[in-house]
Amino acid sequence: MGGYLRPGAVQDALEALDRRGLTIVSGGTDFYPARVGQPLDDDILDISGLAELRGITETDSHHVIGAITTWTDVIRASLPPYFDGLKLAAREVGGLQIQNAGTVCGNICNASPAADGVPPLLALDARVELSSRNGVRSLPLTEFIIGNRKTARRPDELVTGLTIPKPANPAMSGFLKLGARRYLVISIVMVAGVLERAPDGTVAAARLAVGSCSEVARRMLGLERVLAGRPIGPELGSAAMEEHVELLAPIDDVRGTAEYRQEAALTLVRRLLRALGSAP
Amino acid sequence: MSPRFPEVAFTVNGREVAVARSPIARLADVLRDDLGLVGTKVGCNAGDCGACTVLLDGAQTCACMVPLGQAAGRRVTTVEGLAQDDGFARLLSAFHRHGAAQCGICTPGMLMAAADLLNGNGATIDEGQVMDALGGVLCRCTGYRKIVEAVLDAANVGAPPSDDDACPTGAAVGARLPRADGRAKLDGGERFGDDVAPEDALWLRVVRAPHARAQFQVGPLDELFGRFPGLERVLSWADIPGNNGFGIYPDIKDQPVLARDGVRYRGEAVLALVGERAAIEAIRDADVPITWQPETPLTDMDAALADGAPALHADRDDNVLTRGYVRKGDPDVSLASADAVAEGSWRTAYVEHAYIEPEAGYAVRRDDRIEIHACTQTPYMDRDEVAQVMGLAPEQVRVVPTACGGGFGGKLDLSVQPLIAVAAWLLDRPVRCVYTRPESMAASTKRHPARLQARFGANVDGKLVGAVFDGDFNTGAYASWGPTVADRVPVHASGPYYLPAFEAKTRAIFTNGPPSGAFRGFGVPQAALVHEGLMDELADQLDFDPLEFRLTNALRVGDDTATGQTLEASAGLAGCLEALEPRWRALRAAAEAFNQGSETVKHGVGIGCMWYGIGNTSMSNPSTMQVGLAADGRLTLYNGAQDIGQGSATIMLQICADALGVPVAAFDYVLGDTDRTADAGKTSASRQAFVSGKAAELAGADLRTQILRLANTGSEAVIEIEGGSLVVREGDAARHIDLVDLPPNPKGDVLTGSGTFDPPSTKLDANGQGNPYACYGFAAQIAEVEVDVELGTVKPRRVVAAHDVGRAINPMLVEGQIHGGIAQGIGLALMEEYVPGKSENLHDYLIPTIGDVPEIECILIEDPTPLGPSGAKGIGEPALIPTAPAILGAIRHATGVRIRQVPATPDRVRAAIRAKAEAEG
Repeated sequence: MGGYLRPGAVQDALEALDRRGLTIVSGGTDFYPARVGQPLDDDILDISGLAELRGITETDSHHVIGAITTWTDVIRASLPPYFDGLKLAAREVGGLQIQNAGTVCGNICNASPAADGVPPLLALDARVELSSRNGVRSLPLTEFIIGNRKTARRPDELVTGLTIPKPANPAMSGFLKLGARRYLVISIVMVAGVLERAPDGTVAAARLAVGSCSEVARRMLGLERVLAGRPIGPELGSAAMEEHVELLAPIDDVRGTAEYRQEAALTLVRRLLRALGSAP
Repeated sequence: MSPRFPEVAFTVNGREVAVARSPIARLADVLRDDLGLVGTKVGCNAGDCGACTVLLDGAQTCACMVPLGQAAGRRVTTVEGLAQDDGFARLLSAFHRHGAAQCGICTPGMLMAAADLLNGNGATIDEGQVMDALGGVLCRCTGYRKIVEAVLDAANVGAPPSDDDACPTGAAVGARLPRADGRAKLDGGERFGDDVAPEDALWLRVVRAPHARAQFQVGPLDELFGRFPGLERVLSWADIPGNNGFGIYPDIKDQPVLARDGVRYRGEAVLALVGERAAIEAIRDADVPITWQPETPLTDMDAALADGAPALHADRDDNVLTRGYVRKGDPDVSLASADAVAEGSWRTAYVEHAYIEPEAGYAVRRDDRIEIHACTQTPYMDRDEVAQVMGLAPEQVRVVPTACGGGFGGKLDLSVQPLIAVAAWLLDRPVRCVYTRPESMAASTKRHPARLQARFGANVDGKLVGAVFDGDFNTGAYASWGPTVADRVPVHASGPYYLPAFEAKTRAIFTNGPPSGAFRGFGVPQAALVHEGLMDELADQLDFDPLEFRLTNALRVGDDTATGQTLEASAGLAGCLEALEPRWRALRAAAEAFNQGSETVKHGVGIGCMWYGIGNTSMSNPSTMQVGLAADGRLTLYNGAQDIGQGSATIMLQICADALGVPVAAFDYVLGDTDRTADAGKTSASRQAFVSGKAAELAGADLRTQILRLANTGSEAVIEIEGGSLVVREGDAARHIDLVDLPPNPKGDVLTGSGTFDPPSTKLDANGQGNPYACYGFAAQIAEVEVDVELGTVKPRRVVAAHDVGRAINPMLVEGQIHGGIAQGIGLALMEEYVPGKSENLHDYLIPTIGDVPEIECILIEDPTPLGPSGAKGIGEPALIPTAPAILGAIRHATGVRIRQVPATPDRVRAAIRAKAEAEG
C-alpha cells in the first residue's frame, strides 16, 4: 500500500505492471484531483521518467505521440496543419499549469466524456499503442475508449504512444470548444474535424468528432460520407443536418441540458465545416 | 512514519534540499510542511484554482499535482524565491502600486504565472498574452483588471516607477496609497489560516453528512482507534462543553457544532477526528462506523411549504424562519390606476462564496483561556460564539485573526473555530484544521436562492406610482443570516426610486439545502434583478429611454424612501446616471449599428441601478477604535475592523492620520486581536469605511485634542513627532513635550485616543416604516455584452460603473472593490449555480476567470454623507448589485429576450431565444 516506482526504462515499467496492478501517473493532473481529501495510498507507477516516451516522432507513414508528451509539447511541436485541431484543443486543456504537466495519453486513459484530446484524436484517426511484457498491440482510439472512464487497457499494459497516420491528401483541421467561461472550462460541447482536399478541390475525406455529448466522443460517420466528394467551400457547413447528430446521446448536467447540447453540437459542426471550407 | 522513505533531492529557490517523505506527497505540501515555504497556497488540491502555482524548471505548474518523486533533480521556484530575485522587483512593485493584491491568497500563484510569462518574453506583451499566461489562476477579490494592468506595467520597458508609499501630511484621505499590508502579500510573508499552526499541533478532520436529511447512529469506535494509531480522540455532540448550537442571532442558535442524531443538510458536521496528521489523513469516511437512515429531503422551497411537509425545526412548524414586511401608501390603488404596469417572476440559484482560502486555523489552550487563530470576518462575534459553545465567559476566549483569504460574507459564520477550540481545550494540545475545497463548499453558507415576483406601475409622465414585491428566500437548513435577508430585502426592493406607494413581503424558508447566509448584498442583488427588469419593461411601455426613466425616478435628497425615511443628504444616484449618460448613448448607438450588420453575434447595452443601506438594518452596530502614542513616538492604531482584502487596514490609517494631523508612515497597527483591540464590529454590511472609519477619525481627533491640551495650543496647531519628543507648533511658537515623562498604560502607550461611532437608525414599525440606516450608497452600471444567438453564449465586453461613495478615502482601493464586485456580478448573472453534491469543486462550480472580466471604467461620485469620515459611505456590496441587472438588460437589448432566471447559462439563453423565435412564428 502506497508503493511508488519511477523507472527510467520502459521495460522496467512493463515488468512492474506484469507483477501487479498499479496506478499509472505521469502529469498527475487527473490522479490528484480524484483524491482530494482522501488518502494517497495507491501503488503508483510514475512513468514521467521514461524519457524515451516523450515527444512526437515522425516516420514515413505516421506521427507518434509518446506516452508522456505533454500538451505544451504538442503546442510547441512543429507539425503539419492537420494537427492544428489538436493544438487548439491543447490550448484549452486547463491553464498553462495543466498543459505543462498533463499528457495527451493520460487524457485518453482517463477517458472522461469531456476529454479535450479525444475529438481531435478521433478526427486524426489515432491508434493507441499498448505495450506489455508479452508484446505490443495497437487499437483504434474508438476501440480503446469503451465507456465513461473505461478503456480497453489491460492491467499489465502501458499505453506507450499514439500513432497518427499521415493523410493521403493535403489536410487541414480545426477544433471548437463551447463552455460557460473563457479559461479552465469543461466543455459543454466540442467538435473537431480534419478535411482532406482532393486535387480537384473536393473533399477527399472528412473526419469529424463531437465530444461531451455522449459517454465517449463520437465520429460523425454519416456526415463524413455526405461530405466526401463535395467541393470545398464555406457551403460545406450546410451539409450538416439534424439527422447527422442524432447518434449523440447527451445528458442534462450542471453545464447544460441534453436538448441544448444536441442543438449546439450541430451548430458547432456547421461552423467548423464552414471555417475549414473557407480556409485558404 | 517518514524515515522509511528515501530522500528526494532537488533545488528550491537556488538552495539544494532533500526531503524524506512519501514520494506521492504533493509538492505543495512538501514546500509548506517540510520546507516552511508557506507562501505557496493551497486552494483546491485539484488544479482548479492555481493558487499553488510554482515554477518547475522554469515552467508554471500546480504544486498540488506534482508528486514529490518527480521533483528529484529539478529546480523549483516559489514566491519566496521570486521576491528575492531583483529581476522581479519591478513585477512586485507593479502589483503593489496597482493594488493588484487584495486578500492576497491568489497573489503568489498570479506572480508565479506572471514570472513564467515575463521570463520567456523580453519584448512587448499584450493583454491577451497576460490573460493566457494567468488564465490558470483564479482570483475572487480583484476582478483581475488591476492584475492585468500590473503585469503589463511590469512588462513595459522603461524607467522604473517610483515606489514611494508616502503622501503629504494631512492629505492621506483621497490618496491612492498602496496597501499598508501590501508587501507581505507579495513576498510570501502574509500568514493565512493554514499558515500559523505550531509544529506540534494535532490535526482535526470533520466527518460530514453524505445525505441532506437523515438519522444516524455512531457505532463503537474501538476498532477505529485500533486500526489508526495516532488517532487521539473522536469528538461528538456529547463533548461540547457548553451549548451545542451556534447562529448569528442571539436568540437563534439552531446549528449544532456536531449533529446529535439527525442531519439537515449534506455536509453537516457529525464527528471530529483529532490526532496525528498521518493517522487523520489515512482515515476514510467509510472507515468511521456511522449508520445512516436517509430520509426524503426537502430540497426546495416548494417541498418545504407543501402541506404536510415535515418541520426542519420544532419551533417553526411551517418551515418559515421569518417574514419581512414594508408598506407605504396603498400600492394596489396606485397600480389599478397606473398608465403602465409591468410584472414578472424571477429565480436565482445558490451561489458559493468561493474564496480561494478554505477555512483554516488552530486553537491552543492557555490555562483557563482558549486562543483561536483563524481566518474570519468578525473576531468579536467569533469570540462570543465560541464562548457560549465552550461554556466560558467571553473574556476567556481570545481570537487572533490571521489574514483572511477572501470572505464576502462566508467567513462571518463559525467554521473551524468551535471544533478546534473544543478539541484543544479537552486535549490540552494545539489543534489545527483546514477544510478541503469540497468540504468548504458543502459545509459553508451560500447566497440565498430566491423566488421573486413584483408589479411596478408608472404614469405616462414617466413617474412611478406604486409597486408590490413578494420574495421567498431559501435559507437552507439553519437560520444563519436568513432574518437579515428577510429584513433587508423589503427595504430595498423598491430600487433606488421614489415610490409614493409600495408593499414588499418576504419570507425566509427552511429547506434541507446548505445554510444560506451572508453574501455580499444580503438578498439585495437578487431583488435588484426584479426592480431593474421591471424598470426596463416600463421604460419600453412608456417609450422612455431606460436611463432617462431611471433618472426621472431617482431618489434624491428630500425624498421619502419606501420606509418613509427622508433622505437628508448624500443621494447620488442622479449624479451617477448623469455621469453615465454620454457613455450610455454612445454605447447603445454603437451596439445598434453593429447589429445592423451582424446576424449571429449581437451586441447589447443594459443598465442597472441600486441603493444600499450602509450598516446593520435598524440595529445598533457600533465600532470603537483606539490609537496609542508610545514613549518612543510610535503611533499604534488598535484596529478591530478585520481586513478581508478590501483594504480597511489601510484606509483606517489614512483617516486617523489626517484626523490627528500626522503622516500615515508614523503608524503601526494591530489588527483584530480581541485582547488588543476594541470591538469594531463585523466586516459586513459595507460598514467598515463608514462606521469604523468614523470611529478611527474620532480616535485620531481625540488624541489630537489631548496633545493640543498638553501643549496648551489652539486647534490649528501642527503636531510633529520626533522620536520620543512631540513638537506642537502654532505660528512661530513651538511647544516640546517629552513623551518619556508621561506614564505608560499596560500597552506601553503614554497617550490614547479613542473613538466610538454607532450610526443612528430607528426600529421599523409593523408596516416597516422608520429609518433603518444612517446613509445609503447609490450606483448605476452599464454593461455591454456580446451574445452568440445560435449558441446562447454571453460575453461581457465592457462595464462602466458610476458609484456614489460619499468620499473615496482611497480611490485605488475603491476601484478594486468595484472591479471585484463586478466580477462576482458577472458570475451571478452568467455562470454560478451551486448544486449540493454536484458542484462541490471549482471546475464544476464556475467563477469568472481572468478572461471573463472585461474592461471596466470606474466613475466615482462623491456626494458626502455628513455622518461618515470625510463624508465616506461604503462600497463593498454596492459594487456587485447593479452588474447582473445590467447584464440581463444588455442581453435583452441584444436579442429581445427577457431572462428571468440566473445564471443565464448558454442553454437558458438559447432556450429563451428559441422560444421568442417560435412565438413570433
